[in-house]
Amino acid sequence: MIGTSHELCTMPLPDHHRDMEDYGKGVARWCPGCGGHSILAAVQRVCKDMQYPPEKTVCVSGIGCSSRFPHYMGTYGFHGLHGRAFPVACGVKFRRPDLNVFVITGDGDCCSIGAGHWVHAIRYNMKMVALLFDNGIYGLTKKQTSPTSPLGTHSNTHPGGSVLPPINPLQTTLGFANVSFVAQTTDWNPAHLYATIRKAADHPGLAFVRIVQRCPVFMRDLYGDIASNPDELIYLSHEKGINVKPGVAKTFKNVLAHDPTNIHKAREYAEITDGIPIGLFYQNIENSRYDDYGAYNMGMSNKVKQNAMEDMLDQYTIRNSIT
Amino acid sequence: MDNGSVSNQIISKRSSVKPKRIDQAIVEIVSDSGEGAQKCGQSLGAISAQMGNGVWTVEIIPAEIQPPARSREGASGIRVRIGSKKVTNMGNHADLVVALNEQVIYGRLRQNAYHKGTIMLIDDRWGTHEVEAIRHQYATALKEFRALGIEVHEIPMEPECLKILPDTRKGKNMWVLGMLSYIFDRDLGKAEEQIRSIFKKKSKAVVDLNIQLLHAGYVWAVDNFPLHYTIPAMEVSAEQVVMNGNQALSLGVMAAGIELCSMYPITPATSVSHHLAENIQKVGGIVHQAEDEIAAIGFAIGASYAGKTPVTVTSGPGLALKTEFLGLAVMAEIPLVIIDVQRGGPSTGLPTKVEQSDLLAAIYGEAGDAPKIVLAASTIEECFHFVILARKLAEAFRTPVILLSDANLATGVQPFPRPKIDTDWIAPPNDQSPWQEGIKPFDWDPQTGLSKRPIPGQKEGMYTVTGLAHGPHGRVAYEPEINQNSAESRSRKIAAFQKTLKPPVIHGDPEGDLLLIGWGSTLGAIEEAVDKGRALGLKVSSLHLRFLFPIVPGLVEIFSRFKKVITVEINYSDTPGDPMITQENRRYAQLAWYLRAKTQCDIDCFSNVYGQPMNPGKVLEMIKKEIANHKSSHVTS
Ligand SMILES: Cc1ncc(C[n+]2csc(CCOP(=O)(O)OP(=O)(O)O)c2C)c(N)n1
Ligand SMILES: [Mg+2]
Repeated sequence: MIGTSHELCTMPLPDHHRDMEDYGKGVARWCPGCGGHSILAAVQRVCKDMQYPPEKTVCVSGIGCSSRFPHYMGTYGFHGLHGRAFPVACGVKFRRPDLNVFVITGDGDCCSIGAGHWVHAIRYNMKMVALLFDNGIYGLTKKQTSPTSPLGTHSNTHPGGSVLPPINPLQTTLGFANVSFVAQTTDWNPAHLYATIRKAADHPGLAFVRIVQRCPVFMRDLYGDIASNPDELIYLSHEKGINVKPGVAKTFKNVLAHDPTNIHKAREYAEITDGIPIGLFYQNIENSRYDDYGAYNMGMSNKVKQNAMEDMLDQYTIRNSIT
Repeated sequence: MDNGSVSNQIISKRSSVKPKRIDQAIVEIVSDSGEGAQKCGQSLGAISAQMGNGVWTVEIIPAEIQPPARSREGASGIRVRIGSKKVTNMGNHADLVVALNEQVIYGRLRQNAYHKGTIMLIDDRWGTHEVEAIRHQYATALKEFRALGIEVHEIPMEPECLKILPDTRKGKNMWVLGMLSYIFDRDLGKAEEQIRSIFKKKSKAVVDLNIQLLHAGYVWAVDNFPLHYTIPAMEVSAEQVVMNGNQALSLGVMAAGIELCSMYPITPATSVSHHLAENIQKVGGIVHQAEDEIAAIGFAIGASYAGKTPVTVTSGPGLALKTEFLGLAVMAEIPLVIIDVQRGGPSTGLPTKVEQSDLLAAIYGEAGDAPKIVLAASTIEECFHFVILARKLAEAFRTPVILLSDANLATGVQPFPRPKIDTDWIAPPNDQSPWQEGIKPFDWDPQTGLSKRPIPGQKEGMYTVTGLAHGPHGRVAYEPEINQNSAESRSRKIAAFQKTLKPPVIHGDPEGDLLLIGWGSTLGAIEEAVDKGRALGLKVSSLHLRFLFPIVPGLVEIFSRFKKVITVEINYSDTPGDPMITQENRRYAQLAWYLRAKTQCDIDCFSNVYGQPMNPGKVLEMIKKEIANHKSSHVTS
């Protein structure tokens, strides 16, 4: 790269420049037309652009179609339990500040069975990128109503149409304590998708990204029209926001200026139902991070530990037991 | 004032009365919550341990933080058993009880804590209380206690303490400690030391006040109380530490080099994490209080996957919540130590009381086939050492290990030889060297089922953990053989571990009429009963299991040498002869059920769920009855 060998250079050099292939593995087994494919490509590209060492990168997921994601990455992966991606990811990161962590979760995984962990992961605010693949349905288990299914969705559990209003993941996340980064993008706008994940990767805390995702098999109608019509997207624009190339930006007819430091406006815009707002809703880089707390006191030597243990035992030791 | 010279004066004063030598005493202090009975008893225990006596303490804890005053269910307190020999259990009936009111005594009577001859020292303030109903309750109670043969002494604790204190709710406990120190000839200097250590964070005025109360109680007893005993010390050569089981677990966690305790509060396990929260940073570790038990184990599994060494500490309801993740840890072969400090169940059950009902849940709790290692500590010393053992086994066999303790060990205090901390006990640092190419993430050895795991950060080791059926590459498997083979490998490594175990040591003769089998905190009570039975000439022995899964070898052969085998457990079993109970539908205690299946021997059980530690007297009764029954049935048949 600089034209010198490792031995000669006093500056640490990466082993080699990594390209897209370094981040891929196998063939993704999602349905044709599934939004997962483009999200996978975007994450791989971000890893490449960040030059994340694959061995220092961990993708943690729950269970669902979306949660198969780690199997298609050339990094370390953890495909765990339904709803439990966040606790595992937080455990991975807590004492390993050197690892780059991605969390991949579905709308059922995150907003239903794992909702408790969702609240707390946001509050822990450890540095990681959390991608909510929101297709508004349970995909893997074949079309049951999800907490984000629009009211009236016909599914196998609600053949007559779902009866409750959906959870809005943006609005919800923006209500959690210590929230520090909330963005929304779609699987069908690769430039914006990439820019969003790229921005998330830079965020010093938990970056929560809701990706509006198409499920061509079970939810053909949900985003079918929208995806072919860029006018349905509302582009949140701000210098501190998610910025795509001017050429791409020009394609958005609906633009809304939004300062992502303003949480009140963020909450207001999260409620927009007339079109899909995409961009950075909120960012705060000052929030406390639980991984700072977790990384405390690492790397203590065995000798120090041993002495500390002996001191502790002293407190329980019976002195001059026979006088 | 100089306390030292005061205590000398006090001691010289009583030298005229010679104490009566006894070889043990079971003492209880019972009160409403918040009156400091436990502090008083713990101090008595600590002083005695320091004097070289054998000691065992058990806390009596009501389910609520501050139950109504003077209520039977609200009995709060402590039992201290002091001996001239090593003491391994709480014993049978108390020899002496100090009661701060009469109502709490009813709560203890229901638990059979006292009998004819128990000496009761009761605060006499209730006899002159302004409320007539209370005066009446007190008088009635005393009549009832006396009728039971309890030797009641009314003690003017209130007026004596009022000479020193404006409000007696705080401080009376130290006056009682002083009184007990005289009655049992405890070293007053050590008692003062104890007070200084309890109140080390408080002002000198507080320390002095409590020492003054101690002296006052002592002097009052010298001048007014007829009974004076001494319990000679035992010979101990090795240096001793004295602590409760949860402190021992916590110290074991730290000595094992475990650097993360990921937990959610639950009685009676919580105090392990309190102790860790207070101390683990000194050894470079940290406590994570998760949002629930599922997250607690998930977090621990994530950390372990990333090469860190975690523990998760819980009790029954928490263990239930952790089962899905436990199955994942088995499937994905992630080392992890899970400590279950058992309490009464099912459901919320008896949160502060002892039970051994999680054995089968620990062994078989998960959906699917999930073999893992399950062991149980039976003494406070084992609480310490077994954490280190569990950590090593978890790593060596790439498996979760469940370590069972219980509420009795959790709060029981007993001295044991001071461990000599060894750096070999500490978990090795995270291996970050490049992964050896060609080795798969689940490269199961066909003989042992064992494999080595890559850790994130290791180059060329990249793989994806999955709870789905997977082959050696860790990839999702679609071929039926792979599932069969991987299940075999996971089972085989546990069998490989079993091959390293030795047959258990029998307490008593290797053959006889009756063999008792126990596990966990009942060890002391069972062995005491067996010793007493043998002293009576009964052919009874016992053995105690530490490894529950896999099971130790040689049991069938051992069982064949006894005419009858019975497990002794603190969990539920049907009683033969009860309505509806037949040989066909009778439900056995958990270890009995398990051993019957494992050994195909006809193993009986003796178990109950009164929420009390195993009582050696009850075990002895059972031994006598069983041996007599067996003899008579033999004669008639
Ligand atoms: C404890 C548990 N309950 C239920 C399931 C079954 N299950 C698997 S995936 C899933 C829902 C997936 O929906 P979502 O999270 O939206 O992911 P998608 O498949 O749509 O990507 C369910 C209910 C499970 N695997 N584990
Ligand atoms: Mg979904």
